[in-house]
Amino acid sequence: MMPVIWDLHCHLAGIDGRTLDERMAKLAAIADRMGIARLVVSMGVPWSQTPSPEDFRRQNDQVVEALTHWHHRAFGLAYLNPHFPEESLAEIERMIAQGPLVGIKLWVARRCRDADLDPIIRRCGELRALVFQHTWLKTTGNYEGESTPQDFAELAARHPDVPMILGHSGGNWELGLRTVRGLPNVWVETAGFDPTAGMVELAVQELGADRVIYGSDAAGRSFASQLAKVAGAKISAADKELIYGRNLQRLLSPILAAKGIKP
Amino acid sequence: MIDVNVHLSQWPFRRVPDDDTPSLVQRLKAAGVTQAWAGTFDALLHRNLSAANARLADECARHGDGVLLPFGSVNPMLPDWREDLRRCAEVHRMRGIRLYPNYHGYRLDQSEFATLLDAAVERKLIVQMALKMEDERTQHPLVSVPAVDPAPLAEMVAARPNLRLVVLNGLGLLRGEALTRLARSGQVWFDLAMLEGAAGIERVLPTLPVERLLFGSHAPFFLHEAAVLKLQESELPQPVRDAIVAGNAAKILS
Repeated sequence: MMPVIWDLHCHLAGIDGRTLDERMAKLAAIADRMGIARLVVSMGVPWSQTPSPEDFRRQNDQVVEALTHWHHRAFGLAYLNPHFPEESLAEIERMIAQGPLVGIKLWVARRCRDADLDPIIRRCGELRALVFQHTWLKTTGNYEGESTPQDFAELAARHPDVPMILGHSGGNWELGLRTVRGLPNVWVETAGFDPTAGMVELAVQELGADRVIYGSDAAGRSFASQLAKVAGAKISAADKELIYGRNLQRLLSPILAAKGIKP
Repeated sequence: MIDVNVHLSQWPFRRVPDDDTPSLVQRLKAAGVTQAWAGTFDALLHRNLSAANARLADECARHGDGVLLPFGSVNPMLPDWREDLRRCAEVHRMRGIRLYPNYHGYRLDQSEFATLLDAAVERKLIVQMALKMEDERTQHPLVSVPAVDPAPLAEMVAARPNLRLVVLNGLGLLRGEALTRLARSGQVWFDLAMLEGAAGIERVLPTLPVERLLFGSHAPFFLHEAAVLKLQESELPQPVRDAIVAGNAAKILS
């Protein structure tokens, strides 16, 4: 039996289409070829690393528009910039509490260890909204506002009751995984780095299969290269099923239920 | 299926699954690979390439199960590199060599590279060249190796009409006019190991004629499944798929 695959990490950029709907349709068509049942989409076009409140609102409106005909296939995350905590909180109300989106996406605007993120994380915790933070630890040097796994660990330790996802597993995954393995409220994501062998095996060994989530970072990344990390991993079929979709389903189930969305 | 991009021995910075030859061969065969062009990870940092190439040839003979085709390495910055080239061709009977200019410390506009290409052409050897082995962002901080600058390549190829060059791990780095110009030469092929983006094959084919594209996995450093699944991710007519998976590589060898 085919596992149920939910992809945590998709974007509207990097895919052809004259309209947002065309982009979404193209993304879904390619996902179909790979047997991916649900896509979680964040950020619009063009995107910005340090969006103004006006810009992140524009991008979130684009995500909502892109999802219009795809509620049976996709969910959306609200893109925020923690340099604007008040406006970010207002966007959570607009897009998650009152709107259709199911969590937040934080990218590289501000390192997530900063205390200004705390009200954002607390509100997400209250809403049971997904908290998805991009992280990388680049040998070549991070962007100024780009969070490392260590930044993320500080944030996660301050909010032990709020589930959070370490985007890209820190990129340099051998370092990222060991940084968060002792934090039970942290899940790690497989997307957005080359399909280097051994990552998923190490994640399962160090965190357990129930704390690993598949994502692709499509359309900039290939669904195929990212799925391969799970497909080719030397782990049990049951563990693969958790990583492909069950873990994300479980994390999303409270907010989907609250919104009356059928998984 | 012909996989033009696999390595034997061990990645220098961590153990990876299937970094022993029998396991790798088993995995390749299970995926339907009938022939794999194999280099050795030892060639990246070892200075004794003569020994690395001898081990590679021996591994392929002992454990290759008829699948592995060894591609030894030559570093034109080493003393007496011509003897390494001679042994690859005459002792190990290799069909080609695999180069790592960034790990071996030369640029493609240096005379040493030109001299090596001439010598390889004279011996009718296929030349494989890896533009990179790893995302620079994930490299060990003590061994940061920038990708090869491919800019001089078009002229080097044009000056050697009998050269057969297979660029490994180059799609992504090479794009647009630089890629088109190399492809137009009719002497250069590219593997899909580092081709990224949703439906990447489908999207690169308008730029890259299908006869220039080869199936290469970069296993075992990359999951072999990544290259296989890319074939599923793009809508490819059967003749196109056949050419990429085996036909193009078979023609290079013929």
